[in-house]
Amino acid sequence: MSNQEVAIVSDRIEKTIDLNAPLERVWRAISDHTEFGAWFKVALEAPFAVGQEARGQITHPGYEHVTWTATVVAIEPPTRFAFTWHPYGVDPNVDYTKEEPTLVEFRLEPLGAGTRLTVVESGFDKVPAHRRDEAFRMNEGGWAQQVQNIKVHVEA
Amino acid sequence: MKPSPFDPAPILAAQVFAALGDRTRLSLLAKLGDGQARSIAVLSTDTALTRQAITKHLHVLQDAGLVASLRVGRESRFAARLETLDEARAYLDRVSRHWDDTLGRLKAFVED
Repeated sequence: MSNQEVAIVSDRIEKTIDLNAPLERVWRAISDHTEFGAWFKVALEAPFAVGQEARGQITHPGYEHVTWTATVVAIEPPTRFAFTWHPYGVDPNVDYTKEEPTLVEFRLEPLGAGTRLTVVESGFDKVPAHRRDEAFRMNEGGWAQQVQNIKVHVEA
Repeated sequence: MKPSPFDPAPILAAQVFAALGDRTRLSLLAKLGDGQARSIAVLSTDTALTRQAITKHLHVLQDAGLVASLRVGRESRFAARLETLDEARAYLDRVSRHWDDTLGRLKAFVED
């Protein structure tokens, strides 16, 4: 009877990537809706504006029928851009407006002549209001920190 | 874009993550981590919580699919369902891979 350690999942995703391009260049690629759409594969209809919904058709082959939407929550040149969205909310038969969105943050910092970009997506533990029960309401708030080091021992 | 990132399970994942967002429930899950089913009485030992409180937390875990209850004689016992944790982690892995692909395209775009 051996023990296998299973680390509990975290509720956030953090990605860091170093880019061989100046900060201003990366900022433009993220904050200009046309440039953003080129690599994010979405044809955005209008420039990003805080508090506004960004919307456009996905341009990825096979997903052109899907409308992409996000709500911009921060444009802080040239270091922070953030929006909320429904990750993979691409099933046309599901009304995602009833679900809680996750927060996506792009943070930029200079790294020599290049740029270090960190992307954090968080809020996967938010339960839509209509699915919440009292026990959930009593325990709202982030938990990623407290479970970071907790492991469950499971019989292999 | 591979089809895999578009296999969504966000509702399940949200409920699992929210259920995990509590020290008491995490410790209950840790006690059940050896795969053995335990009664509420056993799970209530070593805690300052009432059996009613423990029961409430177990039901949250059960609703999220993290524990299953079974009847043994006249008492309910609870066992961990660790495959639910695996599913939640697989969901985050899919989201994570999607970001890898997307940021790879950004890198090519700005370094061109």
